[in-house]
Amino acid sequence: MTELAASDPLPKPKRDFAPVLLPIALALVMIPLVGSPSTWLTLTAASLAMGMMIFIMASGLTLVFGLMDVLNFGHGAFIAVGAYVATLVFAPFAASVQADSLWVNLAVLAPAALLSMAVSGALGLVVERVLILPVYGQHLKQILMTTGGLIVAEQTLYALWGPQIIPMPLPSSLRGSFIFGDVAIAKYRVLATLIGLAVFVAIQLVLNRTKLGLLIRAGVENREMVEALGYRIRRLFLGVFMTGSALAGLGGVMWALYREQVHASMSDELTVLIFVVVIIGGLGSIGGCFIGAILVAMIANYGGFLVPKLALVSNILLMVAILMWRPRGLYAVTSR
Amino acid sequence: MTDLLKLSGVHTHIGRYHILQGIDLAVPQGQVTMLLGRNGAGKTTTLRTIMGLWQASSGEITLGGMRIESLATPDIARLGVGYVPESMAVFSDLTVKENLILAARDAAMDDTQLEWIFGFFPALRRFWLSRAGSLSGGQKQMLSIARAIIEPRKLLLIDEPTKGLAPAIVMALIECLKEIKRKGATILLVEQNFFAARELGDSVLVMDNGTIVHRGEMADLAADVPLQERLLGLSLEAHQ
Repeated sequence: MTELAASDPLPKPKRDFAPVLLPIALALVMIPLVGSPSTWLTLTAASLAMGMMIFIMASGLTLVFGLMDVLNFGHGAFIAVGAYVATLVFAPFAASVQADSLWVNLAVLAPAALLSMAVSGALGLVVERVLILPVYGQHLKQILMTTGGLIVAEQTLYALWGPQIIPMPLPSSLRGSFIFGDVAIAKYRVLATLIGLAVFVAIQLVLNRTKLGLLIRAGVENREMVEALGYRIRRLFLGVFMTGSALAGLGGVMWALYREQVHASMSDELTVLIFVVVIIGGLGSIGGCFIGAILVAMIANYGGFLVPKLALVSNILLMVAILMWRPRGLYAVTSR
Repeated sequence: MTDLLKLSGVHTHIGRYHILQGIDLAVPQGQVTMLLGRNGAGKTTTLRTIMGLWQASSGEITLGGMRIESLATPDIARLGVGYVPESMAVFSDLTVKENLILAARDAAMDDTQLEWIFGFFPALRRFWLSRAGSLSGGQKQMLSIARAIIEPRKLLLIDEPTKGLAPAIVMALIECLKEIKRKGATILLVEQNFFAARELGDSVLVMDNGTIVHRGEMADLAADVPLQERLLGLSLEAHQ
């Protein structure tokens, strides 16, 4: 390999658009396979909404993986706790939830989501200090500790709320669909998509336009060097962990409203999806996580419609295919 | 001359391995002290132990008279210690500018200092907004050194800056380090390139098996070929 001299012009950095084109290509390929344009639009909208919810839940986990090199198998606990906390707000204000006014509905929904984020974030603080801190750098112990933490969290929820499924009805104004000709797009899915996009944009702005974001991006790549420059990265770890936990709590509320129910093991069905998203996106990559979440949701929706029997394994097949194409995920950030 | 950095009886273990086995060294203020030795002698471990990246198992490390061996790496960095690791460790996903913004920490970048750096490393100005990952090896090394000197530092720890670089870039780096030295910087420099060591060093320490086996003036070692052969397994001529 020849060494470039200092004065030699640099090769232009290549922008990698292939992963971005992947979901677009997948959606286009599905048009003839699905057949009906209205069904295709409905499935695509459902995929976007589901993808955004998965992205919100997975975004924190990918940063925790990338920045802290922590395998947090207990991430699902924050999702379930977030959902349960929301029921505490919804229950006493059931009449407001069922009111016909969007603003009245939002007056309950917004505080419920914020409280869920706050409690999940606080739980993240406890988990990081108590479970993660003693086992930094020890992956096997991290898996054991966080899996144990998940079990304790689930059993605590069972003990406090009981084993029954708790209904969590959608607020009245979020029920129903927007109708465009033959196409019906559920209102809640539109809201979920908008919230997901807002979270994505907010994370991107923080990561790319602030010094805190610079530190996080640098820390994902080389924690040691960030410390050698004089930054206390442990505090950054804690902040990222709490933010990731809070986002998981928000995702839990949104998923509970999507399913209109809450139960202690609700995160079980999501954990696999979230890990698939984080792995195929590339550890620590928010962009990869975003695209990965949309791909996973597309495969679940299109696959469920076209080949229902493949639904159980479709995401694993997707992961295998992506990793054969790019072994470190769609956008490799870390060398781990 | 006052010693800025002193290590006394420093031992470092990495896992089960006893790497530094009682290091005693002093780095005088305003001088370039070369740390030489064969591969695996413990040079990088010495720098990493000073920087707090590996904890000393025992012994004392003082910087300007202050004990630092139990401080965390960020606190040591904030005392004015700049570190250029062997791997360069530039943040590939960040631009040249962003790498330097992080290195400047809380302060805004000093334009005069920046211009001075650009004088040595014009490539950094040209690729100011390019991702560091797209720089060549030499340009990454320039960025790594620029990151360490963007703010005034009391002490620079530099680990094999010329490793794997083209001769022209090595010469540019040597000139830059000479200029940093002329400005009164105190540097502890690990180097395998004996030519660079001879050009830059005031004093020299030679390590073997985790201990200092020789200390003296760089000029004396450069003039003593049999001693070089005995300590380093090389002669100056072989490395010119």
